[in-house]
Amino acid sequence: MASDLSVCHLGLLHILMKVNFYLFFLALTGFSLTGHSVLRVTKDTKPNSEMMKFLQNANTLLLVVAVVSLTGLIFLGYSSTSLRYKEKRFCLNLTKEHQENSNLQSPQGLSYKQPSVVGPDGKVVPVTPWLSPIVWEGTFDPLLIDSIYRQQNITIATTVFALGKYTQFLKDFLESAEQNYFVGFRVHYYLFTDQPEQVPEVKLGEERQLTVLKVPSSNRWQEITLRRMEKLEKLIESRLVNEADYVFSLDVDTKFYGRWGAESLGRLIGVIHPGYYQTAREQFPYERRPESQAFIPYAEGDYYYGGAVIGGLVKDVYEAAKTCREQLDIDAAKSIEAAWQEESHLNKYFLYNKPSKVLSPEYLWQDFKPHTNEVKIIRFSQVIKNYAAVRPNP
Amino acid sequence: MMVRQNFLIAVLFGMILSGLIYLNNIQCSCNQQITEQGFKLLYNQPSVLVGRTDVASVSPWSAPIIWEGNFDSTLIDSIYKQQNLTIATTVFALGKYTRFVKDFLESAEQHYFVGFRVHYYLFTDQPESVPEVKMGENRSLTVQKVPSLNRWQDISMSRMEKLENLIENELVSKADYIFCLDIDTKFYGRWGAETLGRLVGVIHPWFFDAPRSQFTYERRPESKAYIPAEEGDYYYAGAAFGGSLEDVHHLTKTCREQLNIDAANSIEAVWQEESHLNKYFLLNKPSKLLSPEYMWRDINEKAAQIKIVRFTNVPKNYAEVRPNP
Repeated sequence: MASDLSVCHLGLLHILMKVNFYLFFLALTGFSLTGHSVLRVTKDTKPNSEMMKFLQNANTLLLVVAVVSLTGLIFLGYSSTSLRYKEKRFCLNLTKEHQENSNLQSPQGLSYKQPSVVGPDGKVVPVTPWLSPIVWEGTFDPLLIDSIYRQQNITIATTVFALGKYTQFLKDFLESAEQNYFVGFRVHYYLFTDQPEQVPEVKLGEERQLTVLKVPSSNRWQEITLRRMEKLEKLIESRLVNEADYVFSLDVDTKFYGRWGAESLGRLIGVIHPGYYQTAREQFPYERRPESQAFIPYAEGDYYYGGAVIGGLVKDVYEAAKTCREQLDIDAAKSIEAAWQEESHLNKYFLYNKPSKVLSPEYLWQDFKPHTNEVKIIRFSQVIKNYAAVRPNP
Repeated sequence: MMVRQNFLIAVLFGMILSGLIYLNNIQCSCNQQITEQGFKLLYNQPSVLVGRTDVASVSPWSAPIIWEGNFDSTLIDSIYKQQNLTIATTVFALGKYTRFVKDFLESAEQHYFVGFRVHYYLFTDQPESVPEVKMGENRSLTVQKVPSLNRWQDISMSRMEKLENLIENELVSKADYIFCLDIDTKFYGRWGAETLGRLVGVIHPWFFDAPRSQFTYERRPESKAYIPAEEGDYYYAGAAFGGSLEDVHHLTKTCREQLNIDAANSIEAVWQEESHLNKYFLLNKPSKLLSPEYMWRDINEKAAQIKIVRFTNVPKNYAEVRPNP
């Protein structure tokens, strides 16, 4: 439970190693000197047997000491490198992870007043009841935030899924991202598609790259959206643990219109759905059937989070994706599909594993919605589309 | 034969030596903190009063500022109680300041982290004058004897070193969080898990509505606590700070080092270790800020923004309690 200050102190090990090293050095030198002398003496006219014995004993002793300290060195070297490697990874994890506070699990069934997004005076509320910041324009200083995070040399992985006709959204998504999304940071897009040949050529900035991952097609859009959790989970396991610090999973039928930067970074990030930020919790479109794993009773709920955006530290997003995928599988086994597919499961997850930072609807808007007083800047928005035209099924 | 033997030994030696040098060079630097920035960052002064509601609830670097009304106590308690935490709490009561211990402890038992495991560490030069105070379940008190000091400024400044040593020698693996509080104070309202975070500072009750140029930072460039007039986020109180063991250890260590450098240059910062604390917090932003509710001027003083006084200075006659003027 208590903090691991001891992990970063390999001092003792280093000291032992240095002592051993010098011992070995000295023993070896002594060995070669005495060995040298022994042979010299042997070559000489009359070997002085006592001197000879002494030298030979010293020689053997020094040889033994040299071998023992060599063994010790090898052992210490091995354990120190493996510890160092663990320490390095731990320390690196400590640097990024420890920048964020501890996780925020809360028990089921706890009853408390629904948090409001817009206060009684019409002004937006910049912090959740569990003290996670809600990111609105005006609540952060972009220059300060950028300078804090730029020093950390981070990589932000960004996953998008463009299957079937959804590949048509890629060009606008990527081009607008290059203008607005984590400008000046290292970003690695992971694009899942069933038609790699449809991926457009988009010029990426310095330190930005794109990896295309081929996945099988599907006949049902609900299926496509559900499988995202599993793909995200697997991508993190196989690649992101080594390649990125933070990961965002974004919908592709969207476009960036304004800054999306380091103010969105944190341990576990959710975004408030633009359609429900002034709705009473009883009217949130949570899954309401108790048979589903995504079930949330009417008396509970903080916000309705949009499934279009999940983010955070690689390991925390992994937990979220893994849990959601497990819950989705349990539901599938019982032939039940939650009201809004994985968005329902994500909302369940965020209810009991509070996000450490919440993004305002500035970070997930819908082009067809008229602007409102509270949302002063649209940063990321779902484009208008004809659902019948783009979805593989109704 | 001799030459070959020696040559072989030399080669063997050379190989092992280079291997060891390679191993030695894989260093890990656990450098999470920024102690000195290589460049100066200028930006608008953040405000405590003007924001999206009647007070600002987040700092410009997105650290929450804790005010009554922006957190839900039940929810917060339920999140943190699950984590089985121990909160170490240090106070220093030297000379005549031992008279404040009783009220401090009794009011803490009423209001401070109620329901959590708390371990008080009381540093004093007169262990015999520590009063008997009934502690709740899961609460304990350890008295540590320290030498007396003739100057209140020295008493105040030496706290940093004592805290650094306490964390290193005692608290590792015994506590999760630590808070360092002044003793001439009293709790009147809840101080709970909403205050927990990696690095926590409290906004000074006399400066929350002042422009940064009027903050009583150390203004002499010769001191390590120097902050120029166009810089500064908030003026933090030296009377209360806290956080995770690791972060508070780094804070106290840095402040102690800076205090020593100043002492070697015969310079004492204008508000002693509070000046050094402010310098530290400027360069190492707190992850959570407590509003002046958590360190107020006096229970009888009011201000529009302060809806509840949780922890406040108690009135005293400075001439009477201090060992020196």
